[in-house]
Amino acid sequence: MYSFTVRNRVYRFKDLKTLLAKASPYRTGDVLAGVCAETYEERVAAQIALADVPLKNFLNEAVIPYEKDEVTRLIIDSHDVAAFGLISSFTVGEFRDWLLGDEIDSALLESITPGITPEMVAAVSKLMRNQDLITVAKKCEVITRFRNTIGLKGHFSTRLQPNHPTDDPKGIAASIVDGLLYGSGDACIGINPATDSPAAVLNLLNLIDTLRQQFDIPTQSCVLSHITTTLDLVNQGAPVDLCFQSIGGTEQTNTSFGVSLSLLDEAYDATLSLKRGIVGQNVMYFETGQGSSLSANAHHGADQQTCEVRAYAIARRYKPLLVNTVVGFIGPEYLYDGKQIIRAALEDHFCGKLLGLPMGVDVCYTNHAEADQDDMDNLLTLLGVAGCNFIMGIPGSDDIMLNYQSTSFHDALYLRKTLGLKPAPEFEQWLIKQGIINGEGDLQPVNSSHKLLSGIL
Amino acid sequence: MKNEIEIPQQLSALREFTAARIAIGRTGNSIPLKQSMEFKLAHAHTRDAVYSTLDIDGLFTRLKVFGFPVLHLHSQAANRHKYLKRPDLGRLLDDDYKYQLNGNIAKPDIAIIIADGLSAEAVNGNAYSLLKILIPKLLDAKLTIGPICLVEQGRVAIGDDIASGLKARFSILLIGERPGLSAADSMGAYLTYNPQPGLTDESRNCISNIRKHGLSYKHAADKIFYLVSESFRRKLSGVGLKDNAGLLGES
Repeated sequence: MYSFTVRNRVYRFKDLKTLLAKASPYRTGDVLAGVCAETYEERVAAQIALADVPLKNFLNEAVIPYEKDEVTRLIIDSHDVAAFGLISSFTVGEFRDWLLGDEIDSALLESITPGITPEMVAAVSKLMRNQDLITVAKKCEVITRFRNTIGLKGHFSTRLQPNHPTDDPKGIAASIVDGLLYGSGDACIGINPATDSPAAVLNLLNLIDTLRQQFDIPTQSCVLSHITTTLDLVNQGAPVDLCFQSIGGTEQTNTSFGVSLSLLDEAYDATLSLKRGIVGQNVMYFETGQGSSLSANAHHGADQQTCEVRAYAIARRYKPLLVNTVVGFIGPEYLYDGKQIIRAALEDHFCGKLLGLPMGVDVCYTNHAEADQDDMDNLLTLLGVAGCNFIMGIPGSDDIMLNYQSTSFHDALYLRKTLGLKPAPEFEQWLIKQGIINGEGDLQPVNSSHKLLSGIL
Repeated sequence: MKNEIEIPQQLSALREFTAARIAIGRTGNSIPLKQSMEFKLAHAHTRDAVYSTLDIDGLFTRLKVFGFPVLHLHSQAANRHKYLKRPDLGRLLDDDYKYQLNGNIAKPDIAIIIADGLSAEAVNGNAYSLLKILIPKLLDAKLTIGPICLVEQGRVAIGDDIASGLKARFSILLIGERPGLSAADSMGAYLTYNPQPGLTDESRNCISNIRKHGLSYKHAADKIFYLVSESFRRKLSGVGLKDNAGLLGES
C-alpha cells in the first residue's frame, strides 16, 4: 500500500502497479484500460508517492506476477546485484536527481544498466519532464555494429523503408535508389512485406542483397517478416542479415504476436550462425510501441508505458542492432494527439537508452490522430537533440503500403544539417565515394549518369 | 503554383515503378513547395473524411428503392471525439435505439448494415452503388434480406450487436475505412456468418478498397456474393474461409 496526502485528502494506491499507472502522464490508452489517474491532483499525488519508493522495492514487488509471466521471470532472473550496488539505496526520486547530475556520464550509466529493471526505469521516467528525458538520454551512448557502426555520438542514422503495396521488385528498388541518393539507409534497408509468404520474403531479401553487393553498400538489409518465416529462411541459407520481430512487455502480448523467449533464442542463435556481419554481430531488429499489450488484452492492469519498457528487457537479452518504437502507428485510442505521441516517444527513447538499447523512433502518425507534419517536425527535432540512434526514411513521408505518415528522406537531411550530425562513418565514406555527399556532408546534385540510376532500369 | 524544381529525367523515370513519393527533388534539404502542398492537401482530405458525417436523408431516399425498411441507429459513442478515444463504445448499439430492432425481427438470411467508421464520406459515396448490384444477386439466390441499418459512430463489431438483434443468419457490414493519403473514401465490406456479440476479426471476411477508383462495385459485389454463398454452404466465415478465396482470382 502506498499513499500520499494532499490538503487532508488521502490518496491510497494498493500496489506498485496501481501507483505506476496513476503516476503516468495522461494518455488515452490508460483511460481506455481504466488504469489512469482520475484527477490531475491524483496524478501528482501518485508521482510524489512514487518518488519516495525505494528502488529495492521493485525487486520484491512484481508488477506482473513472476509465476504467470516469462517476461517478469527474465527481468528478475537476469538482474545483476553487483551493478545495482551503486544505486541500491536510492528512492525513485533520488534516482531521478542522480541521473541528472553533472558527474553522471555515459560510462557510469552503462555500468548500472544490468542492475536496473524496466519497472525502475518506467517509474523514474514518470517523474521526469520532457527536458529531463532528453538530458539523460543524451548522456547515453549505445553503439552497435554489423556492416557499419551505429549510435556514435554526433552521428544519426536512418532505416530506408521502401515499402510497396504489392511488393513489386522494381517499385521497391526505385524507392531504395531514391533513398540512397538522399543519403538514407545506414541503419538498414528494411522492407515491410505486404505478404508473409516465405517465397515472397526470399525474393525481397535477394533483391536487396544483390543491390547491396552490386554497389558495395556498407549497410544491412532486413525484411520484416514474422520471426518463424525468417527462421525458416535462415535455415535454408537465405541472405538474412537481421532477424526482425515485434515484441511486447508481457508473455501474453508476445503469445498474441506468435513469439516466445525460446523462439527468440532459437532465431537469435540461427541468425548469428550465418556470421554475415563485418564490423560486428548485432543481428536482431526489434519493434515495439506503447499500447500493444492493451490491444492484445494482455496488460494485466499495468499502464501502457510500463508494459512498453518491460519489452526492452526482452530486447536487451539479444544485443540488437536496432530497436525501434513505432510510436504513433497504433492510433488515437492509445496516443490521442501530437502532445501524447511526443511524450511517449521521448519516454521510450529515454527508457530504452537507459536500459542499454540502440533506440530509434518511427516518428509517425495515422490520419485519425490529432497530429500533423508540424508535430512530427517537433518530435524529430527533440529526438535529434536527445541523441536518437535512427529514424525511418520514407519517400515523401508517405508509406503507401502501411498507410501512415512517417519521416521522409528530407527530414533526416534537415536534422543532420541543423544539428551537425553525420551518417554512420562507413556509410558516410561510401556516400562521399559515390558523389552523393561532399566532405562536409552536403548533398550534391544528382548526376543523371549516376550508376545507381542505370542499375535498376 | 508556378515554382518547379528540376529533377533529372533519369531519376523521375523511376516514378513509373511506384506510387511512392520518389524523385520529388529538394530545395536545400527541404521538400519543394509543390510537393509539400500536395501532401498537405491529401492529408486535409483524410482529416475532413474522419470528421465527415453520414448523409442520413440522402441514404434513406436512395436505399428505400430496394423496398426494405431502413433504420437509423447510433452506437454508444455520443460523438466523433468519444468515438476516436473509446473504440469499445463504437462497437455497442445505444440502448435508446434497440427498440427499432424489436419491431423488425424477421429472421432474415442477411442483415445489411452501413456504418460511418472512419470515413462517412466513403459510405455516402459508395454504399448505394455497390448494393444496387449486390442486392439483386442475393435475391436471385433466394436469400432473404432484413432491414437496411444506418449506424452513426459505428465500428465493425457493432454489426454483431445489430445482426444478432435482428436474428439474421449473416451480416454484410459496409463501413468507411481509415482514410489514407492516396484515398480518403475507401469503403470496406465485412462479412460474418452467424453474427453474435463477442466475435473478433478472425470470424470475418473483409473486402477492402471499394471505391470508384479502387475495387469496382461490380467486382466487389462478385466477391461478396461468392463469399456469402461459400459461407452458407460451409456454415462459417473468417479465417477458415479465406483459404479458398484464391478461386476468385486477382482483383
